[in-house]
Amino acid sequence: MSACACGVEKVVLSHEEAFMKLLDKYRYYKGGLIPVLQGAQDIYGYLPKDVLQTIAKELNMPFSKVYGVVTFYAQFHLKPRGNNIIRICLGTACHVRGGAKILQAVQEHLGIKHGETTEDLRFTLETVACIGACGLSPCMMINDDTHGRLNPKAVGAILDTYE
Amino acid sequence: MNNLNDLRTKCQEEYKQKLSRPRIVVGLGTCGIASGGAKVMEAIKEEVAARGLDIDIDFTSCIGMCYREPMVEVSLPGAASVVYGDIFPDKVAQLLESHVENKTPVYEWAAIQIPGEATPYEGIDIMEKAPYYEKQVRSVTSRLGRTNPESIGEYIATGGYEGLEKALGMERQAVIDEVKKSGLRGRGGGGFSTGMKWQFVYNAQGDKKYAVCNADEGDPGAFMDRSVLEGDPHAILEGMMIAGYAIGADEGCIYCRAEYPLAIRRLNLAIAKAEELGILGENILDTGFNFHIRIKAGAGAFVCGEETALLNSIEGQRGMPRVRPPFPANSGLWAKPTCLNNVESYANVPFILRNGSDWYTSMGTDKSKGSKVFCLTGKVNNTGLCEVPMGITLREVIFNIAGGIQDGGTFKAVQSGGPSGGCLPTSQLDLKIDYESLTAAGSMMGSGGLVVMDETTCMVDVAKFFLNFTQNESCGKCTPCREGTKRMLEILHRICDGQGVIEDLDTLDRLSTVITKSALCGLGQTCANPIISTMRYFRDEYMAHIVDKRCPAGVCAALLVYTVDAEKCTGCGACLRACPASAITGEKKQPHSIDPAACIKCGACITKCKFDAIYKA
Repeated sequence: MSACACGVEKVVLSHEEAFMKLLDKYRYYKGGLIPVLQGAQDIYGYLPKDVLQTIAKELNMPFSKVYGVVTFYAQFHLKPRGNNIIRICLGTACHVRGGAKILQAVQEHLGIKHGETTEDLRFTLETVACIGACGLSPCMMINDDTHGRLNPKAVGAILDTYE
Repeated sequence: MNNLNDLRTKCQEEYKQKLSRPRIVVGLGTCGIASGGAKVMEAIKEEVAARGLDIDIDFTSCIGMCYREPMVEVSLPGAASVVYGDIFPDKVAQLLESHVENKTPVYEWAAIQIPGEATPYEGIDIMEKAPYYEKQVRSVTSRLGRTNPESIGEYIATGGYEGLEKALGMERQAVIDEVKKSGLRGRGGGGFSTGMKWQFVYNAQGDKKYAVCNADEGDPGAFMDRSVLEGDPHAILEGMMIAGYAIGADEGCIYCRAEYPLAIRRLNLAIAKAEELGILGENILDTGFNFHIRIKAGAGAFVCGEETALLNSIEGQRGMPRVRPPFPANSGLWAKPTCLNNVESYANVPFILRNGSDWYTSMGTDKSKGSKVFCLTGKVNNTGLCEVPMGITLREVIFNIAGGIQDGGTFKAVQSGGPSGGCLPTSQLDLKIDYESLTAAGSMMGSGGLVVMDETTCMVDVAKFFLNFTQNESCGKCTPCREGTKRMLEILHRICDGQGVIEDLDTLDRLSTVITKSALCGLGQTCANPIISTMRYFRDEYMAHIVDKRCPAGVCAALLVYTVDAEKCTGCGACLRACPASAITGEKKQPHSIDPAACIKCGACITKCKFDAIYKA
């Protein structure tokens, strides 16, 4: 692959290279579809249609199967997502200790509803059924960081620390 | 066969050396990190450097007292170790000055002490005698909060891989017999005999067999598996290797949910280190036994905790359950005989092999042997992780270990078994915890989450919460679950909105029976349990919603009436300005009133009122 002087294309190329490397790793690997999708989503941030088409072709399976798997699991996304993923826990322990109020506070702070992304792509807001930090409920995850013992008034300050 | 004696002696020497030095240890499990443990670690490093102290800084996993996180342990040679709770960065300087420099513990921050051979300090609870630990036994959780989970040396020094060594010196059938004799039953909630399961896989015909670990802990309110994965990852590997040897498998797979990034990282690290030492991989300990373990990260689907759905997911398919039989023991992963156990089940195995099945059967009840790890959450004072012998009562767990109800509230119900379990009322508090008695009472063991509820929790709302969960997570393959959960949820919504009719209860009853009997997998077969158990024990509350149009716990918004207490109202007007529906009227400095017809029950007025003059009922 030839190097390009244009900065924008260079980024695309490196994405593509990473994607091709990923496909090579899992091409002959039994049950490789989900790791490939996870890897591709790590690279692109979501799963665009042409990426899914390439995966179907390279792994030699119908596009319908790839699409079926993507839409089955909560982790896969067909639309672009924010730089920071907020996951508010609404599991039993958080439910009992006021997780819904945390969700409401975050929604008000960001001006979006759960399942949505802010216009500047800074945050995507999601809910999750349990992140296993019930001892610290109510809690939420931002990217891979878990925040516990939240109260509706303090969540704004936490969100502001994420660029 | 090579043994690990030389390596173990070396590890023990190193470990002893480490324990003889002054040490400060921070709890860095997910709960510790979430409550600020990483920042405390930074503060300690800075403070130690600034003061020029000669002290080792280390980390460990969760000791179980989540309610006291972040926790820090200070251990000086010849003195008892003290574990401190609620140590935030601003307390670090004082802690180091007092305990490390002046050798005086900060008594008011101390949670427990572990004296070892040293003289205990006066006025600090000794771990085994502290209210939180007194009724606990610690075997599966024995290393949690005590060793560094990323060090294979400490695992080996504390008896790790002894069970594997012992197993490899035994006949395969003898290993299975030992596990059978121990009476270990599936800790994921099913309660099937682990030894029997292994026997089926051992007997099954196949050129290739697999040992799979179910670490897709999806039950809301449960984090036992996460704690064990993060705190003692080698125990899972060892348990899987013993299973692999016994059933004749050379490949293992851990299916871990993606929501546990730290667990996945520590497992990967553990695998790499075990391979490096030749404990995992080809020709283990020169016995000719090969075993490889890989990790498969889940992709976010609760139903994948069901064993056949999990296998489909590993194969790269949609995680939908398969029709059983054939059972995985005969036709599992890639249609090969597969032994599938939960994290906690595997984690028990090394202890059983090392200490013998007699030791294991000495704990527990007639049919449920050993110990079980539970997560205490909800409206209790002490939330956290505990390991108790089977047969302990719910009362002991909730009132002794968990320290009773938060804010002086009254106990109302305890929910066990996640979305498949049920809610048990006060009358069941003296129930002995084992598989059979929990099922008879209308709940189930489940994976081990215990969510405690007080008077402010509405049981109809709780049933609705669980149905909402199962309805979302139903994979849609079989009709009873796909359509049934939807219909039941609609009815519960109706009841909570004050639109319920008395016939709804019969419909719920009938639907529950039909779904339980006809659904394809465990998710569907048990999804009605929260409804059945709440209707059995809290029928009054359903009646109050349906007949009186009233929510006794004050939760169901549509049934609440907001009223101003004229005695307390000062007429400040804060509520009037906050009301988005303009339902509040009143002259300045005169008591206000709320028009129930216009009120949208958003609660904004209550939040704004400084005089507690608005109440809902």
